Formats: sequence, C-alpha cells, structure tokens
Amino acid sequence: MTASQESGNVVAKYLPVYFALLAIAVLEVFFAYRHFSTGQLLAILLALALCGGALALRYFMHLGEERRSLFLTLIPAVIFVLLIMNMIWSDSFRLLHMRPFAH
Amino acid sequence: MTESEMAMQGHGATMEESPYAIPSRKLAIWLFIISDAATFGVFLFGYGYLRTASSDWPTPFKFSPSIINVLIMTAVLITSSLTMLGAVDAAKAGDKAKAGRFLWSTILLGVIFAGLHIREWFALIDEGVRMFHNPWGSPLFGATFFSITGLHLLHVTGGVVAIAVIARGFARGRLNAGHVETVGIYWHFVDLVWMFVVPLVYLLNLSR
Repeated sequence: MTASQESGNVVAKYLPVYFALLAIAVLEVFFAYRHFSTGQLLAILLALALCGGALALRYFMHLGEERRSLFLTLIPAVIFVLLIMNMIWSDSFRLLHMRPFAH
Repeated sequence: MTESEMAMQGHGATMEESPYAIPSRKLAIWLFIISDAATFGVFLFGYGYLRTASSDWPTPFKFSPSIINVLIMTAVLITSSLTMLGAVDAAKAGDKAKAGRFLWSTILLGVIFAGLHIREWFALIDEGVRMFHNPWGSPLFGATFFSITGLHLLHVTGGVVAIAVIARGFARGRLNAGHVETVGIYWHFVDLVWMFVVPLVYLLNLSR
C-alpha cells in the first residue's frame, strides 16, 4: 500500500467517531425540546457534551495514544480547576432570591 | 559518564528522557490547551452564575433559523476536524499534495463556520441585542453571549490563520509533519470547546 493510500484511509477510520459526534449534536437538540426542568436538561446536555469531548480527546487529539503520564498530568489538573470554579453557585442562587448576606 | 564518552555523545546524553516522550512543541500546545480550557471554563461559569442569578434571562433562540444554523455550524466544525485528521496523516506519510488539500479544506470549513457565526451575530444585533441591553430581559445576556461566542470565534480565526501559515510552510518544506500535528491538536480543541458552547449557550436558552 502506498503512503497516499494509507493517508486516505484515516478519514474512513475515524468516520464512526465523526458520525457519533454528529449524533450527539442532534440528540442534544432533541432533548432540548423535551419537557425537562432546567436542572435536568443541564445534566443531560452536560453528560452528552462530556461524551463528545471525551471522543474528541481520545480519537481526534489522540490523547489515548500518548503516554499515560501526559494524560495524568493534564486531565486531573483541568478537572480540579473546573471543580474549584463551582464555589460560585451558592452566591448566584442567593442573588436570584435577593437574600442579603447574613449579619 | 567519562569525559571521553561525553565528548563522543555530547551533553544531551546525560539528560533524563522526557517523561511524556513527546516533542516540546506538542507538550507546549497541550499546556496551552489546558490553560485555554480554564479560560473557557471561567467564561462559561461566569455565564452560568449570571444566568442562575437572573429571574428574567432571555430565551431568544428559535429552531429556525438559530438552532438549524448552530447544527450546520457544528457539522461544519466536526467535518473540519476530520479533514485535519487527514492532513496530519498525509503529512506524516510525506504526501505533501494530499496534506495541502486537506489543510486548505480545513481552512475553507473554518471560514464557512466563521461566516455562519457572524451571520448569527448580525441576526441578533438586528433584533436589538447589544452588549448591555436587549429587548427581552436581563441586560447581561448580550455581554455573556458575545463574550463566549466571540472568544470561540477568535480561536477559530486564529486557527484558520495558523493553519494557512503552516500549510504554506509545509508545502515549501520549511515546516514538517510535527508542525501540522501541533496545529491539528489546537484545531480539535476548538471543536471540543464548541461541543460545550452549543448546549450551554444556545440549547439552554431556547424560545418555546
């Protein structure tokens, strides 16, 4: 097989991932028009977005093919930073109900 | 290592092997992606804070044209990731012509994405949405929408320019397959971020 033929096959190899990502996008729109509460819809959409993100990281960005040490350095750090950002929610709910700070 | 061995092998041999076994430019782009993920995280959490704290957050996005437009934009961006995979693979195989075709296809798809995005912006501006006011409710809707989608659009524009520079350099033999792979990782990250922007910014604000 020539180098050119080999390079053409990679698109076919990743077509299942491509269609899975398109399907996730369509599923998100489908669920967005179902009657869920905002919290439930947020959870569903985030779960689907995480699946799409994981597919992109694993197959498109080839993180799964790198050494495990790279994955263990990068991903827990991002998750930690994003979890730290969750401290804002109690204040945003307080603002919604216009509750003053306790004295 | 003796002095004579050092003279034969150079000082590099005394250095430790990289713990990640990847070229420095690839490690650099991964570190950039980590910091950029935190930046987008801040924007999306800030948007979430304001949306939760507002009782009159606007829900302006109709199925037609907004959501159809977003679905087309998503398909275009995911397709551009596929063409970028083809470009990286062709570059690694040493097929310059094929890599060039895939790279310019990716650029074209990136330009189409940016055009559709700007069209969406103008449609909202026509409806009266500005950074700090809009006809429907919380005045900060425009600030968050334009900031998040604008930051993403800036990444797409920067990516298109970077891919064009690398496509030219690779065709002329100044740059190698490693450079194509590095810009490819960046481009897939732009795609990945869009997967979170669509549900959080558009689909949670549907007009019913």
